[in-house]
Amino acid sequence: MRHLKTGLAALATTAALGVPAIAVAQDYTIGVSIPAATHGWTGGVNFHAEQAKERLEELHPNISITISTASNPGEQANDLEDLVSLRDIDALVILPFESGPLTDPVRRVKEEGVFVTVVDRGLTQDGISDLYVAGNNHELGRVSGEYIREQLDGEGDIVVLRGIPTVIDDERVEGFQAAIEGSDINILDMQHANWNRDDGFEVMQDFLSRFDNIDAVWAQDDDIALGVIEAVRQAEREDELFIVGGAGMKDIIERVMEGDDLVPVDVLYPPAMIATAMDLTVQHFVSNGPVLGEYILGSPLITEENAEQYYYPDSPF
Amino acid sequence: MAIDLKTWGPFIALVVLAILGVLINPAFLGLDNLSNMLTRSAFIGIIAIGATFVITAGGLDLSVGSMAAFIAGVMIIIMNSLVEQFGAGLTTVLFGVGASLILGMGAGFINGVVTTKGKIEAFIVTLGTMGIYRSLVTYLADGGTLTLDWNVRDIYRPVYYDSLLGIPIPVWVFLVVAIIGYILLNFTRFGRYCFAIGSNEKVAEYSAIHVDRVKTLTYVLQGICVALATIIYVPRLGSASGATGVLWELEAIAAVIIGGTVLKGGHGRIWGTVVGAIMLTMIGNILNLTDAISNYLNGTVQGIIIIVAVYLQRASWRKTGP
Repeated sequence: MRHLKTGLAALATTAALGVPAIAVAQDYTIGVSIPAATHGWTGGVNFHAEQAKERLEELHPNISITISTASNPGEQANDLEDLVSLRDIDALVILPFESGPLTDPVRRVKEEGVFVTVVDRGLTQDGISDLYVAGNNHELGRVSGEYIREQLDGEGDIVVLRGIPTVIDDERVEGFQAAIEGSDINILDMQHANWNRDDGFEVMQDFLSRFDNIDAVWAQDDDIALGVIEAVRQAEREDELFIVGGAGMKDIIERVMEGDDLVPVDVLYPPAMIATAMDLTVQHFVSNGPVLGEYILGSPLITEENAEQYYYPDSPF
Repeated sequence: MAIDLKTWGPFIALVVLAILGVLINPAFLGLDNLSNMLTRSAFIGIIAIGATFVITAGGLDLSVGSMAAFIAGVMIIIMNSLVEQFGAGLTTVLFGVGASLILGMGAGFINGVVTTKGKIEAFIVTLGTMGIYRSLVTYLADGGTLTLDWNVRDIYRPVYYDSLLGIPIPVWVFLVVAIIGYILLNFTRFGRYCFAIGSNEKVAEYSAIHVDRVKTLTYVLQGICVALATIIYVPRLGSASGATGVLWELEAIAAVIIGGTVLKGGHGRIWGTVVGAIMLTMIGNILNLTDAISNYLNGTVQGIIIIVAVYLQRASWRKTGP
């Protein structure tokens, strides 16, 4: 708040003197705290954060952005302390490792008068974040469920591969189940594949030996989907079913673009949401429009027709 | 009789587990399922055979999972970059395989030398290298996933998916590595040295055994085993990332211990290790074949079976052992 006030004061002064505001505009430091690139999706987060930093700093010379990555919640809490005490940040953009353990550290940052943007995983306490940017897990499940329901004409046997047992996974599955409720779609079984290719491969192999007929697979995640594809290829049952993943990994988007029958669609849950959050946070300092509240990204269905706009060939994800 | 139990303990546990599998779901005995399961167990199994040597000689290697991920990553990078020069053919794949073996030996050698010459506990050295390899593969993949060139993939794919005489190739590799390991551990001087060092390092040293050299060799062997496992792992999904091979080290150590090798060294059994690795995979497989147990409890079931399996074996060991 302190910086914002001086900023406004500076703005008022310059306006009164008739000098272009940009010439003496206040400098702002934005700290970005994200999980280290330990798997595909967070790799994408890192990539898009770096890209956004470059773009925003070039666009706004008075904005400087510091990105720090952490490999566990404890380390991320330490990062927050360092960002405040060493970097004297004016705003924090954080994608928390886990909601619970980071709620209090973020609250302490907030108490220093820092503008707080929380990304993807909400804190467990209301009123801390000024801005919340997230994908919609419930909708990801719903969109996937609706697509499968429509493709199967409301009738068929499917298997579900779940992620790591977390709130994210639960919300997706709830949304999915709500979407197929009332139809004759029968979930043969659900097993956790932990958003991991190898696990996806093994769980799918076992589903294939267990069930003689599978009409569709909801893999929920593109890493899992890649494992599932290999298992299906090995069993030579490509013609019997189709697979719905989720996230927007470039390998899967490529298949969708090419019109692969096995992977006809994908559902977006983009790691690029970190860039959205950084953009909005910068807007808080440079725009005259208010930036606060919640910004929930949609989870659109990616089809052969629109796949190109979600394709980032340079991203590691 | 009790001695029989000691030797045959792991085998009996495996049979009991298999019967359980059939009762839970008859699909368990399906030819596809059995072949899937054995193929899967080959990774951990081959690594665990190397670990049997390291542990028998009183060492420990925690770095194998990250080492596998790192080697897989470098293999993919090398093969992708050679496509232009040699085309997507056998030469490219052979270069990848060669690189894998060299890297495996080198990584094992480093673990061994730092442990023996540096006189640092194996736990710390390999905990360190575990972190190093894990972060190196994440760095190489730029946080994402390294994917093998599609055309190379098609050439290389049969190494995981094809069969010879009805048995998948990874299972053959597993079998051959196990036989060589068995001979090496039980019928050679090197094997006897491993037992001697694991039982009592000081006495072994006074008996004019080159303790450092033998111990380093066990780590090199471990590295070669990791390289072999990686060579059959890469064609499966054609990719490597920071999430590849996570916790393989613990699975490999668990397989070794379930098989009757003693964690503090001095006593090793290759066939026990083979059974241990198959058993670990089988538990996961059986859990996937049923929805009677909540998914959240998979780890509990695994944990109980592992502890019970080892307990049964040790109970008989205590009665008859020296």
